[in-house]
Amino acid sequence: MRKNPSDPAAPGPRRRRGERIRRIGLPYLLLLPALVLELLVHLVPMVIGIVMSFKELTQFYIRDWGTAPWSGFDNYKVSVDFDAPVGKALLHSFFVTVGFTLLSVGFCWLIGTVAAIYMQDTFRGRGFLRALFLIPYALPVYAAVITWVFMFQHDNGLVNHVLHDQLHLTDKPSFWLIGDNSFYALLIVSVWKGWPFAFLIVMAGLQNIPKELYEAASIDGAGRLQQIRRITLPSLRPVNQVLVLVLFLWTFNDFNTPYVLFGRSAPEAADLISVHIYQASFVTWNFGTGSAMSVLLLLFLLVVTGVYLVFTSRGRKTADV
Amino acid sequence: MSSPTSPMAPPRSFIWSRRIFLTLLTGFVLVPVYVMLSSSLKPLSDVTGKFRWLPSGLTIRPYIDIWSTVPLAKYFMNSLIVSVAATVCSVVIAVFAAYAVSRYEFRGKRVFTVTVLSTQMFPGILFLLPLFLLYVNIGNATGIALFGSRGGLILTYLTFSLPFSIWMLIGYFDSVPKDLDEAALVDGCGPLGALLRVVVPAAIPGIVAVAVYAFMTAWGEVLFASVMTNDSTRTLAVGLQGYSTLNDVYWNQIMAASLVVSVPVVAGFLLLQRYLVAGLTAGAVK
Repeated sequence: MRKNPSDPAAPGPRRRRGERIRRIGLPYLLLLPALVLELLVHLVPMVIGIVMSFKELTQFYIRDWGTAPWSGFDNYKVSVDFDAPVGKALLHSFFVTVGFTLLSVGFCWLIGTVAAIYMQDTFRGRGFLRALFLIPYALPVYAAVITWVFMFQHDNGLVNHVLHDQLHLTDKPSFWLIGDNSFYALLIVSVWKGWPFAFLIVMAGLQNIPKELYEAASIDGAGRLQQIRRITLPSLRPVNQVLVLVLFLWTFNDFNTPYVLFGRSAPEAADLISVHIYQASFVTWNFGTGSAMSVLLLLFLLVVTGVYLVFTSRGRKTADV
Repeated sequence: MSSPTSPMAPPRSFIWSRRIFLTLLTGFVLVPVYVMLSSSLKPLSDVTGKFRWLPSGLTIRPYIDIWSTVPLAKYFMNSLIVSVAATVCSVVIAVFAAYAVSRYEFRGKRVFTVTVLSTQMFPGILFLLPLFLLYVNIGNATGIALFGSRGGLILTYLTFSLPFSIWMLIGYFDSVPKDLDEAALVDGCGPLGALLRVVVPAAIPGIVAVAVYAFMTAWGEVLFASVMTNDSTRTLAVGLQGYSTLNDVYWNQIMAASLVVSVPVVAGFLLLQRYLVAGLTAGAVK
């Protein structure tokens, strides 16, 4: 290090050594609170969770979980035995979650990006609209979702009133929060709640695109759509890489939305994996199996994230940068 | 209709498609907000029968009743204490950590950032039960009550917002010129003085953005609140469900209560969203 900022006065050698230790120690000291807390709340519990997945942990042992007998891979075998009810239900829940996540992330990204691109120019009411669009994201999950619960009510909800009473699209009022429709109900709520985040991030990303690019393109005679295709979308690639990953992880792990929408037991068609594992753990008091399922979920997310990052980074190197 | 971002006026077709798209989107966004607002001012008979777009009469009765149907004021205070404390702690800790990563070279830097960020990926359900057991054990061993207390919830929530906050602030601090804090060091400030007097003031938009995010995270969390609180520490996320477990579902009161608990966060968010966009632009999205 050529320039040494911490000893401007450069006093005696003893003082300098103290400074040196302080300089090396300081970054660690600054990181310490964050590190300790992340260890305590995330990493240690995760390790405990992995240990628990190898134990036969039922309500009899919950007081002193260390004494629960080891069970080897039994919990995992039960979880992935797709012929037996437990494994079958888990697999079903997994597929529901994958389908739900792909659709939700797709719509959130699409609506957010289109809205952000449309709102790139200044026009009257733009600031107001921007604030308005962020309301679903700003609302606390439970307040927003509970409003949707009211709207999806069978007898006194808005959705049935509009579809059945006003537009006469259905023969009789439908059930939205039980049965097959619950999947669409969950998807609509999730997109409503999630797209403003994509909008926010893409909007921020758009501000980093140099205006000269657009100016040069329009001098060259490129139309609106061409500008979007040739400049906007390629420039957004690095932003999208992170955005889609974050949306994917949040949606896949989402517990709050289905929990408030359906209560403790989700209908089969909308049985997201988080709620499913919660059920398997807290309702049936079978924590060992619940932990094994959580570990499998984590492994799946790790693999998907890893593959995604390798794949998108490689694409990035050849396309831009 | 020329604008700074494009020297060429957008074609009419573009303007029309924009109008149509943004109008539809506004409707989609606003309908639930309208339902919440209008239903909260309806008499009970309006929300038990068929849905009505317009109330038969306006009443503020639900806004009075919500406070006695469930102990809403208590839940509100609990949420406020937990969220404010978690936000303050999270921001302070994130500022220190981000400063270390942004300004110092040290061994394990990459491991630290990757580890902290990867915790974002963990499904909450994976560490819910172990954390619950850990808190109970710490309580038994040391007498520090974490389970069921606001302290435990504060601790949990602040780590939820920490990874994103650190990540965003690293980006933000990186954009503050290093010459500034080196000048401060030459002037005799210690490293902490340089951080507090130079870097933090220059990064206020980023810090405000992080604070908004941390507060919203804590204010809206449901899963851990439902397991880790008891009657006296219950937060709004769980307490609000009290209205629907009663024999009669008072939808007008539920909507009134939802509106009341939303106003502080939505108002704060809308006031500060400029900072959030600025913070994201300078920090995370770069």
